[in-house]
Amino acid sequence: MTIALRVIPPVIRTARRPQRMIERSLMVYRRTWIIIVSGFFEPLFYLLSTRVGLGQLVGDVSVNGKVVDYATFVAPALMASSAMNGAVYDSTMNVFDKLKHSKTYDAVLATPMGIGDVTLGEIGWALLRGLLYATTFLVAMVMLGTVHSPWALMAIPACVLIGFAFASCGLAAVTFIRSWADFGWVPTATMPLFLFSATFYPASSYGKWRPLLQISPLYHGVALVRSATTGTADWSILGHATFLLAMAFFGLWVGSKRLNRLLLS
Amino acid sequence: MGDQPIVARGLTKLFGDFTAVDGIDFQIERGEAFGFLGPNGAGKSSTMRMIGCVSPRTSGDLSIFGLDPSNDAAAIKARLGVVAQQDNLDEQLTVVENLVIYGRYFDLSRAEAKRRAAELLEFVQLTERSKSQVETLSGGMKRRLTIARSLINQPEVVLLDEPTTGLDPQARHILWDRLYRLKQQGVTLVLTTHYMDEAEQLCDRLVVMDGGRIVAEGSPRSLIDDHSSKDVVELRFEADQNEASAPALHGIGERMEVLPDRLLIYASDGEAALQEAHARGARPQSALVRRSTLEDVFLRLTGRNLVD
Repeated sequence: MTIALRVIPPVIRTARRPQRMIERSLMVYRRTWIIIVSGFFEPLFYLLSTRVGLGQLVGDVSVNGKVVDYATFVAPALMASSAMNGAVYDSTMNVFDKLKHSKTYDAVLATPMGIGDVTLGEIGWALLRGLLYATTFLVAMVMLGTVHSPWALMAIPACVLIGFAFASCGLAAVTFIRSWADFGWVPTATMPLFLFSATFYPASSYGKWRPLLQISPLYHGVALVRSATTGTADWSILGHATFLLAMAFFGLWVGSKRLNRLLLS
Repeated sequence: MGDQPIVARGLTKLFGDFTAVDGIDFQIERGEAFGFLGPNGAGKSSTMRMIGCVSPRTSGDLSIFGLDPSNDAAAIKARLGVVAQQDNLDEQLTVVENLVIYGRYFDLSRAEAKRRAAELLEFVQLTERSKSQVETLSGGMKRRLTIARSLINQPEVVLLDEPTTGLDPQARHILWDRLYRLKQQGVTLVLTTHYMDEAEQLCDRLVVMDGGRIVAEGSPRSLIDDHSSKDVVELRFEADQNEASAPALHGIGERMEVLPDRLLIYASDGEAALQEAHARGARPQSALVRRSTLEDVFLRLTGRNLVD
């Protein structure tokens, strides 16, 4: 019990009202809900392109010994990538302005709210949005026939876990960002992950580079989601989940510590 | 604690090698309007941030409502209202939403937050702008909204860091009126300012800070009596002639101050001092005899002109 508690950073442990931060986000997005609805179409277009286009050119692929068509192979990877992108966006762009320009957090911290509430609240909001996106993505996948197992439902918590890992690290990263120009570095980090995480071709085709996949957090996310939607899960998912969880807590430590230093000096 | 919601002893704040607040002592009585007066960089805002529990003190004692900010920040903040120097309204929300969500941060029920928000908008005369986006408000309106927001938890003490900096005279007077009403309702006001008229208007008692230290303390009246003469003669000479004219006037009144744009002679009888200056052949472009103000005290104590 005590060891489990130690994984949680001190300021997070003292958080009492992170839900208020989420409530604030809901107030903001109540007027801009159309942005959230539009999130449904992006995956739909992606999936269609792999189904009608690429799928015709590329043959079947083997996943954990099960042979599936290319669209079925790629769809879960796109789902995982979209969870990553959403979480990174929500925890960087969305947080930076409130941190540096509009000083929203300074106002929040003048109330009984603390750093833990801000940290957890903002990550929590990213996860809520991630949950919504993952659900719509899965619905789109079912409509396009790229889901072959009831285990596919597990892809939703898998995406929330991916969101947790990336939102925490995004929050940690944003505390180091000095100006909007620095945001140019964000795709520098996410683009290679998107392209080289067994996203578009199976791990076996990476040859001698294959061990490198292990350090890509998105690879672990893709593996989780893919094993769910294709119904081919085995014990390896524990390793993938542990990796993402460790990454999430690392981000939580660094992020909350840095926010504390930036906002309460 | 009892009647002193805020007590500081040897309060110190260091940022690296820089001493922002250098071991100051003060206590603030319940229901009074207390001011920190000083030039930029005097340590006023650092002191306010320590009281607001958003900046840990380096050393010394600080007691707020009898509690220690390093242990009971949330409990203290629940009873404080804070108006920061820089507007930090939530630009993504409307005027009324700013108040409602702020009430929620204080654990008010949604209904109660809405009820108080409507009441406070009335108080700061912003009811018609209730549904507006914050960015469309004028500077004065934003400040008033910030003050309304700081009152959502019905605080016992309100901290105001340079509440009227950057506002036009009309907006300042509206704001002063609202602050005065608050004080009449028994709310303790703690403010920083570098406007002398603001300090004279609002503060029952104030401390003058310079270089992180408190250099004087008292009511505006007693500070003037203790640190300045009754009258002040202001003489303006041609550009660049102020300094050169000084030696001839030496010895008139109690003291003389040469400013870039004018000469000040501190005297108990201003008219007599002015006559003496004329008798010595001084021919200023303009001359004015007035009563001493806090600004004179300030110039004397901090040895510095007031500049933003």
